Amino acid sequence: MGATREEVVKVICQDYGNDRSRLLDIARDVREQLGCVDSPAVDCIAEVLSIPRVEIESLVSFYSFLYSEPQGQVQIRICNDVPDMMKGADRIASELEEELGIQVGETTPDGKFSLEYASCIGLSDQAPSALVNDLMVPRLGAGTARRGVQILKERGELKELDKLLIRDYGDGNNAHDLVRSACSNNIRKAGEVILAEMRRGAGLEKALAMSPVEVIREIKTSRLRGRGGAGFPTGMKWEFTRAADGDRRYLVCNADEGEPGTFKDRVILTERPDLLFEGMTIGGYAIGAEDGLVYLRAEYAYLREFLEHALAKRRELGLLGENVCGKEGFHFDIRIQMGAGAYICGEETALISSCEGLRGDPKNRPPFPAQHGYLGKPTSVNNVETLCCVARILQRGSGWFSAIGSPGSTGTKLLSISGDCMRPGVYEVPFGIRLSEVFAMCDAQDPMAAQVGGPSGKMVGEADFDRTICFDDLATGGSLMVFGRDRDVLEIASQFMQFFVHESCGYCTPCRVGNVLLKERLDKILGGHGQPTDLEYLQRLGESIKMASRCGLGQTSPNPVLSTLESFRSAYEERIRDADDVEESGFDLQSALSTAQTLTGRKSVHFED
Amino acid sequence: MSDRISLTIDGRQIEAEPGQTILEAAEEAGVYIPRLCWMKGLSAFGSCRVCTVRVNGRPQSACTQPAAPGMVVENDTQELRELRRSLIDMLFIEGNHFCMFCEKSGDCELQALAYRLGITAPQYPFMFPQRELDATHPEIFVDRNRCILCGRCVRASQELDGKHVFGFVGRGAGKKVAVNAESGLGGTDAAGDDEAVAACPTGSLLKKRVGFAVPVGQRRFDHQPIGSEIEQAQSEE
Amino acid sequence: MGKPRVATTSLCGCFGCHMSLLDIDERILSLVELVDFDRSPINDIKELSGPVDIGLVEGGCANEENVKVLQEFREHCRVLISVGDCAINGGIPAMRNMVPLRECFREAFLDGPTVVNPAGKIPDDEEIPLLLDRVYPCHEVVKVEYHLPGCPPSADTLWEALNALLEGRSLELPYELIKYD
Repeated sequence: MGATREEVVKVICQDYGNDRSRLLDIARDVREQLGCVDSPAVDCIAEVLSIPRVEIESLVSFYSFLYSEPQGQVQIRICNDVPDMMKGADRIASELEEELGIQVGETTPDGKFSLEYASCIGLSDQAPSALVNDLMVPRLGAGTARRGVQILKERGELKELDKLLIRDYGDGNNAHDLVRSACSNNIRKAGEVILAEMRRGAGLEKALAMSPVEVIREIKTSRLRGRGGAGFPTGMKWEFTRAADGDRRYLVCNADEGEPGTFKDRVILTERPDLLFEGMTIGGYAIGAEDGLVYLRAEYAYLREFLEHALAKRRELGLLGENVCGKEGFHFDIRIQMGAGAYICGEETALISSCEGLRGDPKNRPPFPAQHGYLGKPTSVNNVETLCCVARILQRGSGWFSAIGSPGSTGTKLLSISGDCMRPGVYEVPFGIRLSEVFAMCDAQDPMAAQVGGPSGKMVGEADFDRTICFDDLATGGSLMVFGRDRDVLEIASQFMQFFVHESCGYCTPCRVGNVLLKERLDKILGGHGQPTDLEYLQRLGESIKMASRCGLGQTSPNPVLSTLESFRSAYEERIRDADDVEESGFDLQSALSTAQTLTGRKSVHFED
Repeated sequence: MSDRISLTIDGRQIEAEPGQTILEAAEEAGVYIPRLCWMKGLSAFGSCRVCTVRVNGRPQSACTQPAAPGMVVENDTQELRELRRSLIDMLFIEGNHFCMFCEKSGDCELQALAYRLGITAPQYPFMFPQRELDATHPEIFVDRNRCILCGRCVRASQELDGKHVFGFVGRGAGKKVAVNAESGLGGTDAAGDDEAVAACPTGSLLKKRVGFAVPVGQRRFDHQPIGSEIEQAQSEE
Repeated sequence: MGKPRVATTSLCGCFGCHMSLLDIDERILSLVELVDFDRSPINDIKELSGPVDIGLVEGGCANEENVKVLQEFREHCRVLISVGDCAINGGIPAMRNMVPLRECFREAFLDGPTVVNPAGKIPDDEEIPLLLDRVYPCHEVVKVEYHLPGCPPSADTLWEALNALLEGRSLELPYELIKYD
């Protein structure tokens, strides 16, 4: 038979130069080749790399896509973000549970199938959807998931799943030989910046005719701000990185699009990879980096080959590698770093930790990545869309770019629109667009609320529909979910809180503990046991978490509760009972007694209801 | 001679060496900023958030934030006392802290901070999690019921003992301290006199066969609030 | 106007907190000058007679009877005080909270090494109050105004708390009187 575990691990480690900082890649490959990273595999890696085993366990136990126990050959991850739940993700789950005879979170006894939930996989506009190994399966209608599993069950060989499960490929490059995906781009509105046609090298050639400092000045003049959501001025970030001491510098592209309801980076990566790589190359030139990394979320692994191919093509054309475009002394290349399933890695310092082969824990700041980033070197981390803007700004000029959008938020923004509207998908719109205009565009009829910026953003109601999408008003990294009148905002807030509880890295107290407490109290209200004092409790707890948390996750995770308390207070008040002192704690006696009643087979004598 | 940095804490002007954090500068000036995951001699970690102060209005952890000229730091305010209370409450309800039979009682920094903040009962409901014990080591107990995930053992083992006995596994509410052996602490090179054991602020890591060595009434925090030694050092000068 | 009325009870506790109340020693003579005791194990009065000014509750809620008594206290006491760690965090009885109730029952009534139970039946006698799924601190069941931690709280703590309340002072314990052991 094949190679022993030791041999497999040895070869994998060798592939990565026995480099400790590539532990995430090593663990991913071990998981892929051996099925999981179990205890003996951990020992093997520890021995080959000469590192403590607990460091490997620490990493493996952090990421959702790494496992310490064997999983099914076919791993089905049902997306359970809010738009998917609205379109019946739980129905898909019960369909599959029934067909496979297992619960979500289990593996079939024959080791063929595992079933679990995944946080947003980036298909909210084609919900409900699932990820089957690396294969995206969108638009699961009634019975399709069951039929898919039946087909797989009939086959002995569980290879080339795409041929078994996919009938039609999506539009554009989704049908590309190296992608072969059923995903649709759903580009509903293409703007001039990101989704317009491009010619390879157009922006890069102009950049290389300038000095790096001039490139940075051009970006500063364009007033480009980071598209990830926080909106830090890109030119300033580059200036800091360039100015920092270091013998090497890095440019890292954050393609860990994980904010639920966001999928625009998937479309960019599918349709405009060259625009992104061009922006990265320009960035590398500007800050003085020779190495670029694309941190690609594990859910988008299906795009990896296609992206590698695009990189190879650019190397062939002299757009990457040594002396880029013939520019003497400017060397730049790009490597794709795969993630392994952790929302927190979208936070820039957590992303750097992850690239370094560590748990995706955010780092203490200061020092900031611009001074002390990847492997301790000056590093600029930029969003996919930001880097695309860069390429276009260099191509067409900062004046052209800054004329689009609003004064404080120049350029366009890609919106990922999902939920209760007739035309979900990707829209490239100028900053400053009103929410009501967005609703008209996506054909949302009589919406009740919108979640702008994903769970970490804001839930807004009718009173806010005239507000604008921009950094100074309603900021968003791209996610925009629309909710119709029949939706329950508290139920939605609870699902968002579940997401944060699941994705908190657990490093700091307020985020690790506080989010669990918020969710618990919200669910108490949802369960009909809410008390008037609970609203004050939620407010204060939420504010404490925001104030004390160490990174952006905890600083925004209470938003689902705090923003609904603000915009939809009546939804809380309707569910809350006036209580006397006896009831004020909201103690649920029936639930506390039910186990004993079952076990003894008798009713309470003290509380006869 | 390097240039001294001047900043204010709660309106009082203090001085700091370049490179010092707010917490260190404050301590030298006799101002106690409550903390749990920070320990002298170990790298700053910034996980407990108990040392959160406002720096020019913005919340920052004092143990990681370098002092800078002209900083206006708020430390002992009603808002921050309440925030710290909230964090200490979270640590209590997150674990299983049975002070009445814990060998560390009276010498426990978590308990001492709760005393200092005047906490008589936590404001949040108890979670009563299931946590693991590890008695495999001949000299050391691990009781994760009392662990607050401050990482002091993890860092002390690496930075002071030159070992690598402890590490974190899992994430979110499932995060816990693991040891560098599948069989438990007994399978590691940990020793009873390791700094990592002494670094534990609670009774999560204890030396065996010690028990309740110091009588009630003579323990570290029986009469004096935690931090008093810092505040007194200044007033005696 | 009569003297303030004080009632005390022990739920799932060990009566140690009541012992500590007796530990105020000769000060108990002053106390009975200041207050009248309503229901309390100290005078063996079993039922509350009416409205009470101060209720002291020892022990947490482990079963339905504890809940019933606590709710009665809440209804009748103007100020309710959780006395001791069991009332505040469940205390020693709450060590069962980390074990599912089903397993507790199995160990206690079916599989335990010293159990003789040929019928293999979990007792269902109405005289045995139904256990709650876990032991609850009192303030998770009813509203509680004050907490006096300790196992038990010292006699000085109890004395100070009662005096403060009787004199209409706000109840703020000095450092030395807040202890969890």
